[in-house]
Formats: sequence, structure tokens, C-alpha cells
Amino acid sequence: MSGAARALFIREWRIARRIGGGASIGAVFFLILVTIMPFALGPDLNLLARIGPAILWIAALLATLLGLDRLFQADADDGSLDVLVNGSLPLELVVLVKCAAHWASSALPLVIVSPLFGLMLAMEARPLALVALSLVVGTPALTMIGAIGAALTVSLRRGGLLMAVLVLPLAIPVLIFGVSAASAASGGAAPFLTPFLMLCAISLGAIGLAPFAAAAALRHVRE
Amino acid sequence: MRLSAKNIAIERGGRSILAGLSFEARAGAALILTGPNGAGKSTLLRAIAGFLPLAAGAFAFEGGAQEASIGEQAHYLGHADALKGALTAGENLAFWAGALGGDSSSGVWRGALARLGLAHVADFPVRALSAGQKRRVALARLLVAPRPIWLLDEPTSALDAAAQGLFAAIMRERLAAGGLIVAATHAPLGLEGAETLRLGASLGVAA
Repeated sequence: MSGAARALFIREWRIARRIGGGASIGAVFFLILVTIMPFALGPDLNLLARIGPAILWIAALLATLLGLDRLFQADADDGSLDVLVNGSLPLELVVLVKCAAHWASSALPLVIVSPLFGLMLAMEARPLALVALSLVVGTPALTMIGAIGAALTVSLRRGGLLMAVLVLPLAIPVLIFGVSAASAASGGAAPFLTPFLMLCAISLGAIGLAPFAAAAALRHVRE
Repeated sequence: MRLSAKNIAIERGGRSILAGLSFEARAGAALILTGPNGAGKSTLLRAIAGFLPLAAGAFAFEGGAQEASIGEQAHYLGHADALKGALTAGENLAFWAGALGGDSSSGVWRGALARLGLAHVADFPVRALSAGQKRRVALARLLVAPRPIWLLDEPTSALDAAAQGLFAAIMRERLAAGGLIVAATHAPLGLEGAETLRLGASLGVAA
């Protein structure tokens, strides 16, 4: 069973990294969102530094959603999902492994480049570190919640938009605790630890529960 | 080993596709599903694989593993090839071998590709292959993981005459080894002694 999980992870990773895989598109989209913010808000460095964590978090949220709509749809279109359903891995683990590979190939690069992009928002070293830290523990929740939406919309031709509509409201708690943890060092209202621990709890809960929800949705929608 | 269906009924969207269908397939013999377009051949195969709920009746598989469902003991080959264009033929097969509980070492999938006459394209990305070659890579999936039942939906579509002969030989070998094949097809598959189940349009009647 661990062999099957490893084979699936390696396959997903390879597909994401190759041409047309879309892993790097997320990071480029993230860069563009962060870049256009100062044009809209004006070159007020104090303002940018203060709302920088929020900008980075919203950009990360949207960039994470960008690649998620194809998470199961690509496999449904080419028949792979039919074979995976009867494979040696339970469908719940298939969902978990696919999400892990998706997180490693598209969300982790966002986390790594976020301090660099934060520099463009005139953020200091400590807020930058807190943003990266909160993104590391918060993005798994975004990926797992997004996977539920991706599973629900797997049979719809243009399901990407519907998926965003379904998923974004569910991502609000992640955003609230993520931004309040990240902005603790740049004039935030709350201390760092409390929202950070809540963020960890949401991520762990999502990792534990979302595979069951997404697998149930996949089984039901395909019938 | 014996795969049997008793009084199967399948409904899709409130419309009856198959009703009152019974059949039996034995190890070592192929069961060929024929019938006009829309007769329910693909639906029946998907139902055996466990993808569709049954309105009535049940499938039974005797002689297989106790805990696994029929689908988990079957290879399902549908219209789609279940291949990723960005990966090479070898990478696709190595993945399916691992995911289906087979042996993912390169000797196994290289042997399977060679068996279908594709040894030279093992390291090509699948998107660069022709439709017939893709189909042959999909057929090689049947050989990289051992499963007792093969459910084949138009297995020889897009194949040239030589490849059809090659696959007929593979199926005969599989049957001689005690495999069980249920195939939906319009073209003859070149299997002697295969039983035929003819499905009528919108009314499943076992012939």
C-alpha cells in the first residue's frame, strides 16, 4: 500500500513539474497579485508594511485555488479515476496523496517565495518570517478544503468558477487566523501564538476530515 | 472462478437501461457483449466494475478473494486510455503497476510493452504517440498487474490488424491461464469458443 502511495505521489509530482503541469503558474500568479497591489494602494510604505501580511495571505489563497480545479478533473477526463477507484489504495488515501503532492508542488513554492515578495511590500524581517510560518501551517488547510470543492465539481465542464464560489467561504476561518498570526509582529490586534495554534488545528482537522468528504463526493458524483 | 449476474436492472436518470439480465462467465472462457449502439454494453461493464449502482439484482464472483470487491479484482479498460500525456509510456505503466498492486520494476513494464510491440517507444511521452499506440500502452496495463477478471470496453478500437492479432493472442494466453474476460465489442476479437451475450436496444435480453 505504501508502494502504491509513493507511486501516486511521484506521478503527481512529475505531472505538475513538467510542461503544462501548472505548478509554477501558481507562483507567477502570486507574484502578479502582490505586484499590482502597490499600484492600486499607492506608494505609502507604512500602509503597505501594515497590510502586507493580509495581501500575501489573500494572494496565496487565490493562487492555491488556481490549480486545484483540475485536481480530480484531469483524472476523470482521461479515465484514470476509474482505474484509481479500484486500485490498491482506498479512495480516501488517493485524495490525501494527491493533495500532498499538489501542496508540495504548488503551495510550498508560494511559501518559499513569500518572504521575497513581502520585501516588495516594505515588510520587516520579523513579519516576513511570521507570514512564511503561518503560510506553511495554513496552506495545507486551503488545499484540503479546495479538494472537497474539486471533488464536488469533478463532472462539470466549467467547474473551476463554481469551485471557487464553493470553497472561498469555507476558507474564511483559515484567512482570519492566518492573517492575525502573520500580522502579530506588524501592529496586529492579537498575539502570535493563539491564532497560530488555531491555524494548526484547522489544518490538522482539514487533513483528517477532508479526504473522507472528497472521496464521498467523488464516489457520489461519478454515479 | 465464476462471475454470475442474477436479474440485473440498471437505471440511469430514471430511464431503464438494462432489466432482468442474467448471465454467467467462467474462468478460461470469454464472454463477448454485443448489441447495437446504446444497448447498454458499456453500462453493464461499468456496473460490473462497481461504478454504477444496481436498481435490482446482484453480481457474484466465486473463487476470488473474500474481502475484495469485484472491481478490486478486475482490470477495467474503458474508452479512455487512462494515460498521462506528460509522462512517458514507461512512467505511466510503472505507476499503474504500483497503484494496482503489481510489480513496478522496469523489467515488468518493459516486458509488457515489448509484448505489444512498443519496446521502442517506452521513453517517449505518451502525448507524442498515435491513437493506436496509446491504446496499446493502455492494453499493456493489463499485463503489469495480475488481476483475475478483465473488463474490456472496445479493446481493439484504433488498433491495426497486426496489433489486433497480437492482443487476441494475449487474451487467449490469459484465458488458458485461467483468466476471465468480459469484453464489449462490435468487431470480432478472434477468440474461439467465446460465449456471446447479445443486448437489445433499451431491453436487455440474454440470448
